[in-house]
Amino acid sequence: MNNDLLFDFNVDKAAKTVYITREFNASQFLVWDAFTKAELLDQWGAPAPMRAKTKYMNFEVGGRRFYAMISPDGQERWAVQEFTSITPKTNFKMYNAFADKDENRELPGSEWDYNFSEQNGITKVHIIIFNESFERLEKLLEGFKIGFTMTLKNLEELLVTLS
Amino acid sequence: MKQDIFQAIADPTRRAILTLIAIQALTPNAMAEKFDMTRQAVSKHIKVLHDCELITPKHSGREIYYHFNAKKMQEFDHWLAQFRQNWETQFNQLDQLLTTIKDQTTK
Repeated sequence: MNNDLLFDFNVDKAAKTVYITREFNASQFLVWDAFTKAELLDQWGAPAPMRAKTKYMNFEVGGRRFYAMISPDGQERWAVQEFTSITPKTNFKMYNAFADKDENRELPGSEWDYNFSEQNGITKVHIIIFNESFERLEKLLEGFKIGFTMTLKNLEELLVTLS
Repeated sequence: MKQDIFQAIADPTRRAILTLIAIQALTPNAMAEKFDMTRQAVSKHIKVLHDCELITPKHSGREIYYHFNAKKMQEFDHWLAQFRQNWETQFNQLDQLLTTIKDQTTK
């Protein structure tokens, strides 16, 4: 990570709200695309070793993105994002909920609010995640943990073959 | 049902109870007095806090004293740190992607 770029992560536990601010060394147009186009989202939208796979995405108000986080052993965890408001290049809001592979949503979900602004070629993205319940977040993390555990297991096996 | 810890600390009265017992373990009666609440109302709050293990009861003679479970709060903080780490990993991936795209467009 470029250490000159800001990364803030704050949680207001009482308000059940997560605040994330991150700067990127790219134009606002490019960063906006990276957050709103499926082919780009799938290239970074899951922490390695997990990967993201979008089944379809209609980026318009009332439209949806139906996607999965896939762990190294092929386990899929599906989720639906519903876009509730879009102001091109500067803001979009969505409602995120876990789902099964047939797109049946598990409610409640959480509300996400993304803001984009650019200054001197650096784009600042401010994300507010509201009402994400602890258990939902836990579930999200569980998925990541599965991915990491798998990777460590693969590494162990590799080390065994190398030693 | 397992209590949601966010839900437990979203209530101002429960936060006040936690703040108080972090300093000193209290009986339900003592809480009711301090907050000018009925025993019944206090019991409800205690149940929520107890269900998500933020407080632990200890019997002392005929009284029950509730203690603050700092370990649970630390677990919660640790868990949030992991969540932050996931975001950091993703954003670093995005940095690389943005660099790649910029390189492609300037060629």
